[in-house]
Amino acid sequence: MKAPRSTIEVLSSAALATVQDLGRVGSLRWGVGSSGAMDQLALAAGNLLLGNAPGAAAIEVPVFPFKVRFTQDCAFALTGAACAARLDDQPLLPWWAHRARAGQVLTLGLPQGGAQRGSRAVLCLAGGVDVPEVLGSRSTQLRGAFGGHEGRALRKGDVLRAGDCGAPRPTGFGLVPPAIAMPLGVDGAAAVRVLPAAEYEAFEPSSRDEFWAGEWKITSQSDRYGFRLAGEALRPIAPMEMRSHGIVPGVIQVPHNGQPIVQMRDAQPSGGYPKIGTVIEADLWRLGQAPIGSRIRFVETTWDEALAARDEIAGWLAELRRLLDLHRARSGFQ
Amino acid sequence: MTMSTQPVFSLLGTTALLFEAPGATALQAQQRIWALAHEAEAWPEVAEAVPGMNNLMLAFVRPPRDLAALKARLAAAWDAAKALPREGRVVELPVVYGGAGGPHLADVVAHTGLSVQAIVELHSAPLYPVYALGSHPGYCYLGGMDPRIATPRRQTPVLSIPGGSVSIGGAQTGVSASAGPSGWNTIGSTSMSFFDPTRQPPAALQPGDLIRFRVEGVLG
Repeated sequence: MKAPRSTIEVLSSAALATVQDLGRVGSLRWGVGSSGAMDQLALAAGNLLLGNAPGAAAIEVPVFPFKVRFTQDCAFALTGAACAARLDDQPLLPWWAHRARAGQVLTLGLPQGGAQRGSRAVLCLAGGVDVPEVLGSRSTQLRGAFGGHEGRALRKGDVLRAGDCGAPRPTGFGLVPPAIAMPLGVDGAAAVRVLPAAEYEAFEPSSRDEFWAGEWKITSQSDRYGFRLAGEALRPIAPMEMRSHGIVPGVIQVPHNGQPIVQMRDAQPSGGYPKIGTVIEADLWRLGQAPIGSRIRFVETTWDEALAARDEIAGWLAELRRLLDLHRARSGFQ
Repeated sequence: MTMSTQPVFSLLGTTALLFEAPGATALQAQQRIWALAHEAEAWPEVAEAVPGMNNLMLAFVRPPRDLAALKARLAAAWDAAKALPREGRVVELPVVYGGAGGPHLADVVAHTGLSVQAIVELHSAPLYPVYALGSHPGYCYLGGMDPRIATPRRQTPVLSIPGGSVSIGGAQTGVSASAGPSGWNTIGSTSMSFFDPTRQPPAALQPGDLIRFRVEGVLG
């Protein structure tokens, strides 16, 4: 039998859904930023639920409703924002592995959960989304218009193939989302931990205090490139013009208007605005799920605490993998 | 900007370490940065060594427990680094200054107090060495701009400027390789294919290559 040429067809015209993996490493020197899933923990966990490699490519969905039709039988997992998903008329649990039959329609609705809701759903397919690797990654490089599916966001009518729908794999189980397993908040607002960056001391003491004490609104001018925040303007002691230098996702730049911008996954790999701090790698998934219009808090951290936070994430994933391996062994799957 | 006499280290979260060379921006220092990058990218904790403008970012494979040891090794390697000159190609880019392709030329006039003609002459005179690539695929950071036309980055970044935009940000100039957001002042436009992911290397220009801007036209 000839292998089917497609696994899913995109039915909605919802913009900005993209194919992402854990990101592109090794091409920063050519000006190529990392891209990759905004919620890397959701991507890794969804892949583990399916027995995929943690970095297999998946579809990141930031705008709802999003609809796809399965054109072949295939196992899939939904992680990230809990978004009232349905397979035909059947409601689906989030953070769960499911199976679709050819012809069934998967609909992702608006994220649920009130103030605690996420903003991006991740749809993983058995064997990962099968798009060509470009410069070592399947992530969509929107600025460079390469990688992912034809270097762009998905459109109605696009067809995508899963890497391995044929292999039998167990479905019908799930996990406790990391936002519940590892919550972090201050006074009811979502929080992320920040290491001070090179120009931290060059801001007015009152601005440094405000940075930690204030609530920062994620404005509508926020996307995969960066989150533009609104709050009390941060004032440097003297104007700064920096030489351009490498930056990474999580860096919080303060342009001359005093309103910070957190660099996100599609961020440029270099920049020149003063940097007040950097959201630690272990907390970037939290920020990646923060909805536009919500407010976040910054919590000062240290190098050792940041490494411990990174270990906590790695430990959570290792434990998840151990439990899933155990479950598969008991179900007779290897 | 205050000039440090010693290298400055700073953290980019747990993802990378930034090394800033001391002194004023200079090609000779940049040639030492290239040598430092070449050495550091072989270190086990370094995923990639990325040169900037007289600075170097070391992206970690995983963040080292002992940061002080890495900083000490980097400082020693900088002291030992000899300038690594590169015989680059000379690439000429025709530029139309001002008009719809150079919407912020007026801001550079306002900031510098120079005439459009003077700005165009000063901008198109030098042979600019490519110091580093960054910002977006194929984008070149250039050294050697005349400080008289230096203009601060914009109060608020522009959400998108087109590919081929020739712009000034602080004491630097460059050409956008594709459309995207920018905080720089766009003074003109050119056309050139800077990046192709199927090529090896994918970027058309490399550190050490030289760019000359040829005046194709000046629009009021």
